[in-house]
Amino acid sequence: MLTLDPKIPVSPIEDAWTFHKNNNLRLVGPKNRPKYKVIVVGSGLAGASAAASMGAMGYNVECFCFQDSPRRAHSIAAQGGINASKNYRNDGDSTWRLFYDTQKGGDYRAREKNVYRLAELSTSIIDQAVSQGVPFAREYGGKLANRSFGGVLVERTFYCRGETGQQLLLGAYSALEEQIAAKKVKMHTRHEMLDLVVVDGRSRGIVVRNLETGEITSHAADAVVLATGGYGNVFYLSTNAKGCNVTANFRAYRKGAGFANPCFTQIHPTSIPASGDYQSKLTLMSESLRNDGRIWVPRDADEKRAPKDIPEKDRYYYLEERYPRFGNLVPRDVAARNAKDVCDQGLGVGPTGYGVYLDFAAAIEEKGIDAVKSKYANLFEMYQRITDDDPVETPMRIYPAVHYTMGGLWVDYNLMTNVPGLYAIGESNFADHGANRLGASSLMQCLADGYFIIPVTIGDYLSRHESGDITTDHPAFKETETAVRERVNKLMAVKGTRSAQSFHRELGKIMWEHCGISRNKESLEEGLRKIPALREEFWRDLKLPGDPAELNQSLEHAGRVLDFLDFGELMCRDALLRDESCGCHFREEHQTPEGEAERNDEDYAFVSVFEYKGEGTEPELNKEPLSFDALPLAARNYKT
Amino acid sequence: MRIKLHVWRQSSRSDKGHMESYELDNVVEEMSFLEMMDTLNEKLTVEGKEPVAFDHDCREGVCGMCSMVINGEAHGPKSKTTTCQLYMRHFDDGAEIFIEPWRASAFPVVRDLVVDRSAFDRIIQAGGYVSNHSGPKPDPNSIPIEPNIAETALDAATCIGCGACVAACPNGSAMLFTSAKASHLGLLPQGQPERFDRAKSMVSQMESEGFGSCRNYAECEAQCPKGISIAFIGRLNSDFLKASLVEPIDRRGDMKAQ
Amino acid sequence: MNRIQTLYKSIIGKKVIAAVTGLILFGFLLGHVAGNLKVFTGSNDQGIPHIDEYGQFLKVAGEPLLPAGALLWSARLVLLASVILHITVVVQLAMLSAEARPVSYVKSKKKAASLAALWMMFSGSVIAGFIVFHILHFTTGTIQLGEFEHGYVYNNLRSSFSNPFVAGGYIFVMVVIGVHLNHGVWSMFQTLGIDNPDRNKFLRTASTAVTMAIILGFIAVPASFLFGLMPEAANYAHDLLTGH
Repeated sequence: MLTLDPKIPVSPIEDAWTFHKNNNLRLVGPKNRPKYKVIVVGSGLAGASAAASMGAMGYNVECFCFQDSPRRAHSIAAQGGINASKNYRNDGDSTWRLFYDTQKGGDYRAREKNVYRLAELSTSIIDQAVSQGVPFAREYGGKLANRSFGGVLVERTFYCRGETGQQLLLGAYSALEEQIAAKKVKMHTRHEMLDLVVVDGRSRGIVVRNLETGEITSHAADAVVLATGGYGNVFYLSTNAKGCNVTANFRAYRKGAGFANPCFTQIHPTSIPASGDYQSKLTLMSESLRNDGRIWVPRDADEKRAPKDIPEKDRYYYLEERYPRFGNLVPRDVAARNAKDVCDQGLGVGPTGYGVYLDFAAAIEEKGIDAVKSKYANLFEMYQRITDDDPVETPMRIYPAVHYTMGGLWVDYNLMTNVPGLYAIGESNFADHGANRLGASSLMQCLADGYFIIPVTIGDYLSRHESGDITTDHPAFKETETAVRERVNKLMAVKGTRSAQSFHRELGKIMWEHCGISRNKESLEEGLRKIPALREEFWRDLKLPGDPAELNQSLEHAGRVLDFLDFGELMCRDALLRDESCGCHFREEHQTPEGEAERNDEDYAFVSVFEYKGEGTEPELNKEPLSFDALPLAARNYKT
Repeated sequence: MRIKLHVWRQSSRSDKGHMESYELDNVVEEMSFLEMMDTLNEKLTVEGKEPVAFDHDCREGVCGMCSMVINGEAHGPKSKTTTCQLYMRHFDDGAEIFIEPWRASAFPVVRDLVVDRSAFDRIIQAGGYVSNHSGPKPDPNSIPIEPNIAETALDAATCIGCGACVAACPNGSAMLFTSAKASHLGLLPQGQPERFDRAKSMVSQMESEGFGSCRNYAECEAQCPKGISIAFIGRLNSDFLKASLVEPIDRRGDMKAQ
Repeated sequence: MNRIQTLYKSIIGKKVIAAVTGLILFGFLLGHVAGNLKVFTGSNDQGIPHIDEYGQFLKVAGEPLLPAGALLWSARLVLLASVILHITVVVQLAMLSAEARPVSYVKSKKKAASLAALWMMFSGSVIAGFIVFHILHFTTGTIQLGEFEHGYVYNNLRSSFSNPFVAGGYIFVMVVIGVHLNHGVWSMFQTLGIDNPDRNKFLRTASTAVTMAIILGFIAVPASFLFGLMPEAANYAHDLLTGH
């Protein structure tokens, strides 16, 4: 049984964060800060902003990333924007409104006061980013521009063209580099965390592998912050970067940290479909395309004609037929499920049969080619670059893709996991998005955690402990290091016939099939049978070329795949135990007659927190009950 | 499609390295260039040979990790395109393709096609930031920025730090990268206080990393996957000159006995 | 002075020196071609070709304020210093660049760089060699490729350039200088940071146009002599020219 004390401040929600800072959090004085060493794993928006902020405060920070530079983390790929309740538009936005939208969007599976704090800090993030030189879009007159995003009723999204994530990450990266230059932060690039070191129940350091030399070393610290992102790559194909993985989080889970809501994964309905078995990743297209595109598939599974030559009567506009009131603008998850459904019936298009048409012919006819082009020029260009098809000439092909994972390590209000001294921030924790994430709020959460929350809350923990009272000479480090080495050697020793990549692909298919867009009991149970079988084959038939004491990308990949195999099982288990539909978690057994997710607040208004019980033993489910004091529960209803 | 590949193989920093040839016959036009490399590596792995190490991550053209000189051009033949967004349909059936790492003494080869680009990080450390702490800041609208200036700053900030400019430059110069970074901040009001010191210290770091000198070939601009303009180089030159010749060396100098 | 030293030590500073000395040399070429065109303006009423008069004027310019030849020699010293500096920094930069890419590509392809840009070192070397030759030929008369007599500029030109090899050689070198300037002049704007996307088109066109004009002006002289378009000049006593 895990001790899960969420440490939620007892105060009205509007001033909970201030109250918490004033009354509950102890501070570390400036003279003492350099004595405390903090390890930050990951250098994306959350990691870089946290490391930079803590370095500037005076803590002795070491930051690790597996890429060749901290600037490469996948936060860089976020396109759309970042929300902040500045209310520059005077359209009725407020902290409360952003809180409400986020909590409602998350289908009431998040902790209210965390969400409120996120909304509260949103405005400071914009101020901070601008002061770093992030070139947000400006209006004539020089004031910041806003756009609306993700179907909310206010314009509160700040953006830099289609590269908001890149600009925000470069801002955080430049702040980090400033601290590196000042010798406040020591950066370790091309280092991958392979285990957490826990001493007397407290997190005291990590074991890493130098990806260039293969050297395995330990690093001791007074606290460890994981900013290691999401686990969408468990599906092999996702919009995540190739390197994104669950290893750091999963290793922490094996060392006692609770894993919360692993089955909550967001699936985006409009990605460019895979073109063949060799496909390595998926690229997202903006959802705004659905405003003007009509989605259809041929009625006949054996259709051979080019899409343009298929007459209206042979086209199946399935969204318009099934949901006459909303047509192509049904919510994301409904659009995604229906696309999968028609493709499973064999009606899908494209070389793999997993794709549907998104047709702009009607819009072009109605509004003119120039109007449509001017609206979507960059998206059309991107689509054509990848597929070589011009969406003006022939319909686009789209298919849903895994995009973001709401689940992650369980953390309290201070963003500390249940392992004292171990923190999780950004996408790697579960805290703010419930069962679904509102558009343009992932960047916001990472930066709120990194710039404003962790620098304050970590002091509370550190002030309660002696600084620097441990070194890597402690036997726990040697033990962990040995275990890591043994695992590497064991992987190298299999000497089978299949590449790590091929196992990853196969796992991805299992996960997509059994724990993907929609889930049901039988299929999940089948997934739970298939994964252990695949893992067994992995240990029997894996082939790793090369030397573990060199740069060996196959070995890196194999370690990650192994953790994905174990983690995939945990995901299926969570999806099976959560016998309700909520947000992105759609259990076919629980849906409204319109095919919408049907929540069960009576029995499932809790956070599922899994506790590792050892190899081969089922993890234990712990529950953190959720309360809804500020915002009463209401059914999700996008129809009125 | 059938293709013949000539790939640079180098087992470590100290290894001399050589070109090795491979043939692939299961390439399809819809594959991205890196998926073709995946296919090659899958084949090599199954054959018990060592796969080709190459850097890649986001595979959507923004992380700046992928880095290959393909048939003599950084990121390959298609302009304004990263290697990960290059597709095999841009090559002919039966094509011979040469793949080499970025070549520059400041970017030592780590293994095969993987190079060490930490010199870029050190150039940023020398001044590619606005000195700052996290905490309360004035409202951004209190300092309006002319939209065209913000857009130009964003043009410069679009740089993904991949190093193609260095790889493409016949002199191995890093002026496009350095100038884009310096211009991004130098254009914005937030970057003004440190503008001239930044120009001097970033250039001096760039020099000590061993990059070559710019001779205005404009090859960097043509091979930059983001199309960063060499106008930023002119801008940095001008800032550097002002910093070196005009700006006071010590701004407190006025209070010294004259 | 400290600032100049610091500037000189930096890559950009060296380029600036190349640009500024380049500008001086470019200015010299403008003056040189303007003077050259005097071969086409005929002779004065004493029968002395204008170009000979001009040559004499250069020698005594500045008189009586300065001693004869002072101005000429000052200019020569500035030009000599410019040439030496120009070559020194360029060679230093080229050495740096060679160090910056110790291993070259097996395959190399250019998307943008012009031949003019890529051949700067070659054209520069040709020009450097030519400068020495040209001084020995027409200034000191050390190299005799025809009849040569100090002060009789017109006749000296006529005598040398009636030889097709000499005229052809000069024309070839002028083309090389043109190629060098075509990249060099524009490059100077970029290096000094006075380029700007709004005026780059103008700067590029202007530098090409001015370069073309200079080179055509230069080529006009040997070409005209070669094709026999230029009349023989009257013989005149040297004293008439110097006034002694």
